[in-house]
Amino acid sequence: MHDMGAARERWHPRWPWRPRGSERAWIAAFLIPYAAVFVVFVGYPVIFGLWMGSSPTLYADLARDPKFLPTMLNTLIYTGIGVNVTMFGAVLLSGYFMDRSRWIKALLVLFMLPWALPAIPAFLAWHWMLVGHWGFLNSLLDKAFGIEGPIWFNDYWSALGSNIVATIWKWMPFWTLIFLAGRMAIPQEIHDAADVDGAVGMQRFAYVTFPLLGNLYLICTLLSTLWLIGDFTTVFFVSGGAPARTTEVLATYGTHLAFDSGDPPLGSAAMLSILPLLIPLAILLIRRVRRSEVQL
Amino acid sequence: MKRIGKIGLGIGLAIWTLMPIYNMFLIALDEDADEYTGRIWPSDWNWDSFSVIWNQDYWYLEHIWHQFGNSCFMGFMTMALTVAIGSMASFALDRMRMRHGWALGNAALLTYALPASFLAIPFVRIMHLYGLSDSLWSVIAAQTMFAAPYAILIFQHYGRLIPLELDDAARVDGASPGQMYWHIYVPLMAPALVAVGTYALLLAWNEYLYQFLLLSSTESMTVAVALDQFFDSDEAPWNYMMSTAIVYSLPPIATYYALRRYMVAGLTMGGVKG
Repeated sequence: MHDMGAARERWHPRWPWRPRGSERAWIAAFLIPYAAVFVVFVGYPVIFGLWMGSSPTLYADLARDPKFLPTMLNTLIYTGIGVNVTMFGAVLLSGYFMDRSRWIKALLVLFMLPWALPAIPAFLAWHWMLVGHWGFLNSLLDKAFGIEGPIWFNDYWSALGSNIVATIWKWMPFWTLIFLAGRMAIPQEIHDAADVDGAVGMQRFAYVTFPLLGNLYLICTLLSTLWLIGDFTTVFFVSGGAPARTTEVLATYGTHLAFDSGDPPLGSAAMLSILPLLIPLAILLIRRVRRSEVQL
Repeated sequence: MKRIGKIGLGIGLAIWTLMPIYNMFLIALDEDADEYTGRIWPSDWNWDSFSVIWNQDYWYLEHIWHQFGNSCFMGFMTMALTVAIGSMASFALDRMRMRHGWALGNAALLTYALPASFLAIPFVRIMHLYGLSDSLWSVIAAQTMFAAPYAILIFQHYGRLIPLELDDAARVDGASPGQMYWHIYVPLMAPALVAVGTYALLLAWNEYLYQFLLLSSTESMTVAVALDQFFDSDEAPWNYMMSTAIVYSLPPIATYYALRRYMVAGLTMGGVKG
């Protein structure tokens, strides 16, 4: 794969043009909108946030808060399970949707609905579906099977599980679509060659499809990890932290500290405390994105 | 056997997808506004809650159409700005052969090292400083900034499908970079622009935290914030809330299904291109 990329690189004459005088001005004109908005609305807040959370005593305060470590753990469980189930499910389902028969196409249209549905209505629906004795799910269990369902938000694991299931429901369609696009970009000849070699079913997936999707899979996993670690909406609307604020994640916890307890620096510190994990992930993402440039 | 498995999976997926959505209608159509009914089928098809929204007949919903307008303004502004700023930046980085263009595009991705919610606290303070608190523009700015890195990522990958020779030909013919952007880059990138625009619109419509923290007056409020007001009281009419939520869901769903054809083409990331 790499050899081919390198060969192509050599074959093409590299950049015969270099930007000159007036082109430089154009480059600046094209970049300034993004750069200006970035500095004003991201750069400054980032520096301000880092400055707010820079005092070491804040972290000592956090360490003393009995809610801090469980919240951190919740965030890791929520993100870890949520991302991996979503990604693995999405990559398998994208194979299912490769079948272009009419009713599977129609099913794909339906399956994308959770992604197009805004998060707040979606998570409100999940909340009401699970809340109390007679949420829709329990009513259904009772009517259909005569089972008395539990009160989902009264137990730590089922409440945390509800958040995870809701987030999978919301985001799996988007990633399925991305993997579907990725699979469609795999040239048919490769599949034909695999057919000739007798690769079928799982074999074909494990030795042909998955290696080709590997880099995409990794990029998507990293992106969705970065997005889910900072997720506020799901937990806020589905479990709302219930029971007794035990299922909070860093985003809801930090927001509570900053705006309900009126301590923005402590809230910032709570959220910054996961930075040692986030920065390596972001750097890995960037390196992966760059690497994909020279692949095949 | 294989076919039965496929159909079974299809039915399972349909139920999985539709269950929460069905539940929204179940609550919206319930006349006594009580969620603890144990019903799995609406007792009667009571569409009153929708006419209450239409006539703004309940005090939480007094300004709902104005707020709906705010949501639309915010969503479509985020969409337009993300596409404009993102495509201009990636045009400069990729097509104008800027040295280290890729590095700059990747630097934008570093924004994701600090998730949106983590930036919310300093962001709210700084918007006070700028005099932009309680302004839709602060929310639009935040959402554009969080959609832009992904936009640049997609544009850079998609842009590699357009041969650089086209630009050279245009240059020889004396086109300025501005003309090249407008007459070559934008038309050829159309699927990616549409896909990213849809993505940005859905991102804005999904987002809640910034709207919740920044918009406080009924005048500037969006529907997302108005919906949350229902939780302020214990005896809220949940059927009104759910029917508002359903109405609120319509614009992004309509936009997505109208532009759906472009999504698969536009979202292909370069990682697997052969």
